[in-house]
Amino acid sequence: MALEMVTEKGAGEVSTITIGATKSSGGTRGKSITIGGQKALPFLFKDGLIPHKPVIAYEIWDVAPTDWPDDLKDVFGNVWKNPAAWAKMCVNELHAELLCLKTQGAHSDYGNKSAADEVAFIKEVLASVPVPVVIVGSGDDAKDNEILPACSEAAHGEKCLIGNALQDNYKTLVAAVMADGHNIIAESPIDINIAKQLNILISDMGLPLERIVINPTIGAMGYGLEYAYSIMERARLAGFAGDKTVASPFICFVGQESWKTKEAKAPVSEFPSWGARMERGIVWEAMTSVALLQAGADILVMRHPAAVEKVSAYIDSLMENRE
Amino acid sequence: MYIVGELINGMYTSIGRAIKEKNTAVIEACAHEQVAAGVDALDVNCGPSSRDPVGDMRWLVETVQRVTDKTLSLDASKPQVIEAGLLVAKNKVIVNSTTADIEKLEKLVPLAKQYNAGLIGLALSSHGVPQGKDQRLELAATIVSFCQDAGFPVEDLYLDPIVLPVNVAQAQMQGILESIREFKILAEPSPKTIIGLSNVSQGTAVRSLINRTFLAMAIAYGLDAAILDPKDSNLMDTLITAELLNNKQIYCDLYLDAYRKK
Repeated sequence: MALEMVTEKGAGEVSTITIGATKSSGGTRGKSITIGGQKALPFLFKDGLIPHKPVIAYEIWDVAPTDWPDDLKDVFGNVWKNPAAWAKMCVNELHAELLCLKTQGAHSDYGNKSAADEVAFIKEVLASVPVPVVIVGSGDDAKDNEILPACSEAAHGEKCLIGNALQDNYKTLVAAVMADGHNIIAESPIDINIAKQLNILISDMGLPLERIVINPTIGAMGYGLEYAYSIMERARLAGFAGDKTVASPFICFVGQESWKTKEAKAPVSEFPSWGARMERGIVWEAMTSVALLQAGADILVMRHPAAVEKVSAYIDSLMENRE
Repeated sequence: MYIVGELINGMYTSIGRAIKEKNTAVIEACAHEQVAAGVDALDVNCGPSSRDPVGDMRWLVETVQRVTDKTLSLDASKPQVIEAGLLVAKNKVIVNSTTADIEKLEKLVPLAKQYNAGLIGLALSSHGVPQGKDQRLELAATIVSFCQDAGFPVEDLYLDPIVLPVNVAQAQMQGILESIREFKILAEPSPKTIIGLSNVSQGTAVRSLINRTFLAMAIAYGLDAAILDPKDSNLMDTLITAELLNNKQIYCDLYLDAYRKK
């Protein structure tokens, strides 16, 4: 008798979310991207339908980053003072399908930019490139409540993914996202209970669960990756068992976590046995991404093109097994 | 937890009258309320005083499935009454119920198989109510092996250990709970377990409290399904909390809302 594969089939599936509106659906994007909808754990095509592949978004800031290591400056240093040029480079030269626009400059430590400045940033990028966009705030709650509604309105109808909504600061962003027809990122601090709670709070305001993407908050390899992994896996399994409140796609901010690790930043002189610094950073970002893909990541927000290239090839090679 | 709403039963005065007078509005409202309260299936029983149980079952099924597509649990002791319901059912159905008596099994197991229905098997026979968990297990095993021989999928079988009123059979409560766990290991894949919950408090003064306490205990023993009053919100809160403590749901502060949102 032939060995029979044990497959697991549940009742639930991950929410399907489309980012980006084309002309026919009221926006100006050249195409849209759909994530989620899977009925099986990552790449287990025999267990259930996995209709969409994970996507990678390049991270773009409104200001030139001052804390990104030189290896990233070598790639983007010529363009990062000009977000439109940065976006064009990612789309035209690096073939980005999705961009993540971070309004970091609104933070008081990074220039305290106004809502009008950030609206100009969003509009400029949207006018420069045709890809769908993710928009994230500066991390300063009070400031984000000022600028994100303005950015949301500026991108009205473009069906962006906007974040981050937090358990103690979600109402302003939810209201803006609902008014302008976007999707929302719900961020929880590596905590499945809060992730679930926040999803319910958001949907209680009237934004359907089917428009929420969870940012589970991740740590890079060696910096708590396994905690994020286990939470993502647990949420997924509960989602497949029928719990819609945690059956959201995941967005993982891999670039920001990987490029602040010691392994990505320490000079060769400090740790000669570790090898070339640039290779370390790229490998760290790629390895963290690969692990998170296996945990169920739907969107990876990344920084270095060489890491993106490796991870894209990895995704493609696994998706080849789809029947 | 698979929840079967018990309220469409001719034993209740208002439902009994509605069946007699063919008052569809009363039955529809009762179905709606139970669906809103979160049931997975609706029990339909024309009650002991029906003079035309075959006709009444047919009318009940037709009435209920006009307003909901939830599974219907066709509840009668006479096979021909259940068959009357099966003949007109468009929704998914559960045959409620067979005993371990061979003549009932021979009639109802093929019927459930033919209609792709679930089947509730009572740990009960014409010899009477089981006295102890060994008898319960023996009766349950009889039903399981009959189903296996007849090609009826055991995972669609719901075994009921027969819950007795606490004021009648207090000494049997522990054995009834242990039976729930023992039934699960009768076959692989496991049969499901179900209880008719309200019987535990029959004739007592604090019915809701006894019902929900027993349900929490049964859930701890791995109960899969219960026939109960879904409009008892304390009972439903207890059910949800017991499932949470059994690690069937992920905790969050709004876990009661979360369960009801599913």
